Amino acid sequence: MSAPGLAELLERAEALYLDYRLGAVKEWKQRTGGLAIGYMPIYAPRELLHAQGVLPVGLMGGRDDLEIIKGDAYYQSYICHIPRSTIELGLNGSLDALDGMLFPAICDVIRNLSGIWQMQFPDKLSHYLDLPQDFDPEMGGKFYRQDLEHLSELLVQRGARPLTAEALAHSIELYNAERREVQALYELRRLQPWKVPTHELYLVLRAALVLPVEESTAMFRQYHEAVAADQARKPVDQARVVLTGSFCEQPPLGLIKTLERAGCSIVDDDFVQVHRFIRSDIPASDDPLGALVNAFLTDGMASPTRYVDRGRKGDELVQRTKACGAEGLLFCAPSFCDPALLDQPMLVRAVEAEGVPWTAFKYSENSGQFQVIREQAGTFADSIKLWSNA
Amino acid sequence: MSRPDAAVAAASEASKDSSQVRQKEMIARHFDRLAKSKETGEKSAYTFVPGNLSELLLSFDVLPVLPEINALQSAMRGRSAEYISVAEKLGHSEDVCTYVKSDIGMLKSGNVGPTGQRLPDPDLLLLSYTGCFTFMKWFELLQQEYSAPVSMLHVPYQADGKITDAMRTYVVDQLKRKVIPTLEQVTGRAYDEDRLKECLALSAKAEDDLVAVLKSARNRPSPIDSYFGAVYYVGPIFSSFRGTQEAVDYYKALREEIDERVAKKQGPVTPEGEMGAERFRIVVEGPPNWTSFRQFWKMFSDEGAVCVASTYAKVGGMYDLGFRHDPSRPLESLAEYCLGCYTNLSLPTRIDLIVKYLQEYEADGFLINSVKSCNSFSAGQLHILREVEARSGRPGGFIESDLVDPRYFSAANIKNRLESYFQMLQQKSPSSVGLAAAR
Repeated sequence: MSAPGLAELLERAEALYLDYRLGAVKEWKQRTGGLAIGYMPIYAPRELLHAQGVLPVGLMGGRDDLEIIKGDAYYQSYICHIPRSTIELGLNGSLDALDGMLFPAICDVIRNLSGIWQMQFPDKLSHYLDLPQDFDPEMGGKFYRQDLEHLSELLVQRGARPLTAEALAHSIELYNAERREVQALYELRRLQPWKVPTHELYLVLRAALVLPVEESTAMFRQYHEAVAADQARKPVDQARVVLTGSFCEQPPLGLIKTLERAGCSIVDDDFVQVHRFIRSDIPASDDPLGALVNAFLTDGMASPTRYVDRGRKGDELVQRTKACGAEGLLFCAPSFCDPALLDQPMLVRAVEAEGVPWTAFKYSENSGQFQVIREQAGTFADSIKLWSNA
Repeated sequence: MSRPDAAVAAASEASKDSSQVRQKEMIARHFDRLAKSKETGEKSAYTFVPGNLSELLLSFDVLPVLPEINALQSAMRGRSAEYISVAEKLGHSEDVCTYVKSDIGMLKSGNVGPTGQRLPDPDLLLLSYTGCFTFMKWFELLQQEYSAPVSMLHVPYQADGKITDAMRTYVVDQLKRKVIPTLEQVTGRAYDEDRLKECLALSAKAEDDLVAVLKSARNRPSPIDSYFGAVYYVGPIFSSFRGTQEAVDYYKALREEIDERVAKKQGPVTPEGEMGAERFRIVVEGPPNWTSFRQFWKMFSDEGAVCVASTYAKVGGMYDLGFRHDPSRPLESLAEYCLGCYTNLSLPTRIDLIVKYLQEYEADGFLINSVKSCNSFSAGQLHILREVEARSGRPGGFIESDLVDPRYFSAANIKNRLESYFQMLQQKSPSSVGLAAAR
């Protein structure tokens, strides 16, 4: 028997995930009169937006139920799917609730999408967030801080309240609390993956993208309490795997379910990374903007979109894989995703050196058939359970 | 319509003007130095074309090696398919940049350069990261192959169409605090700003002459092809020779050669010889295909189509818009150069530029060669197509190929599309096209 409220929570999370028209955002705007700003994967300084009374809204493209009518006219077949679904949603009015968009510097496709957005939606704020690839506070840090100050001014020009140190410090505290809740859920899944099926966790992570942090934190906590208390969830004998490569364009929910049904317990992943991109609490500081900048420089996740300036490429993945007791690794990247696919040979080399079994496949956010992947993942899980030394 | 005769064209010796012959000799000398560098003690740095720091390297007597150039040379020599296959067998995805795969495959096959000599292992990987995210991943891959240190220069993107003080300062700070100290460490020499200034002054001279050559395409007939032909014209300045007296001499001679063609009202020299009457004046966006470069060019020249301006000829600097390396502000000038390369410009700025070229060069239309490998160029080109057509009123064409993977060059399809496009141009404005031909 399920814990009380769990089904309702998941139902709500799924509804939020499925709502292309951002009903929750519209509702928030009506209630507060604030601005809502969308952001693309994988990281955005949500704390700064929140401190100015702005709702940060995470966008992750479309799904297999989104008919692409106009978006395909913008992109050739050899370009990944997320920009075409994002354009589609922009042009079909789904994103009308948003007052602007942030495009974090993660690849050339998202970079160029920022230019198309400027032209297609000239009345909205469109800001390219040029995340530094130099992590020295005096160089990359200084540059990033100036960019954030500029963004803050742009928000004020659109009607947001000016940024204050007090408000930012408070917002950082709130997002620290959210990060802790998400980390706690990931830890619970690591310890008892049967308690936290990834297809559920994923829905909650996605739902949180459109909620104010106060609500999303409560939702994570409520979900945690509910699944921890759910005695109906019993251990299952599945292969423990880490899934990597899905940090931007997201797989269909059906693909995640397929992997689980094929015998894989996902014990770590890089889905919806914005909730965990900063790995620890951002410390309290007299200079909260400096602390926010510093957190990005020194405590960001090792992502394929981020230059590795020290250590060996893939070390972080190996460490994560070991830390969560995974028996294998799934390279699960979107087709034509440059950062993920260019990274993959380096990561493969690192995990092979450690004797970690792996398999790789690609998807698109609108993939509808998973039979081949199911067979591949199933064979992989079986091979781990039957023959692995792990 | 023209007769498809690529095989004959490929088999015959290409016509070369004297500047091309001169350039070939320059390149041969450069690769010879590289091949002997371990004996002579000269240091080498692997780096990229857009936003490269040639003058700074030169001031430290470091020889540049440009992996993109090696990849395109491999393609022109018919080797890239094999190299890409080697890389794919090693696990590199079929979806990603073929420059990267060709380079990795070449490395794994002995790292033999275009002149048949082995390239030296780098003493430095200078990751000057301008206008292309893949550059970063490329050098992370190379970092795994070599023990050389990496110096990373992050160049911000001109998202709002301008260079801000913050951007310039960020790049200059990295030059001062990371790139130059690393060069000092690698070479054992101190930074010599006077030497850098001398190199920058030489760059500016060569840049003046290059711009004069590119702008000669305003003439009717155009004496140059500013896409296919420009590949040769920009070669020295985009690669290892900017900042040298050799480049100054080359561009002076090139300019004289082109001035003479203007005076004689001659069209471009193509690999098949002197081009016939100029029928269409075209602006081109996107890099060329390198595996079938000559065949591709012939599809244009057979139709009397001359490329009078191209964006590809600006990936190594927007000199025609007025940028010059400035010895009075050495590091700031290098920073502005890095920030200003074509692929570091926003999509709206790129659209403005193509519209400007259409007007300035009195072009009949524009073509986009969309290459699978390069998202920096290609993502958004369909939007560019529509916007430029709407703003200029000139018809656009769209073809698809790849940089160095021959599997993505479908000659029959591309030729069909080009022929249809040129027919459309003919029908759309027969008077102006006829006029161009008559001139």
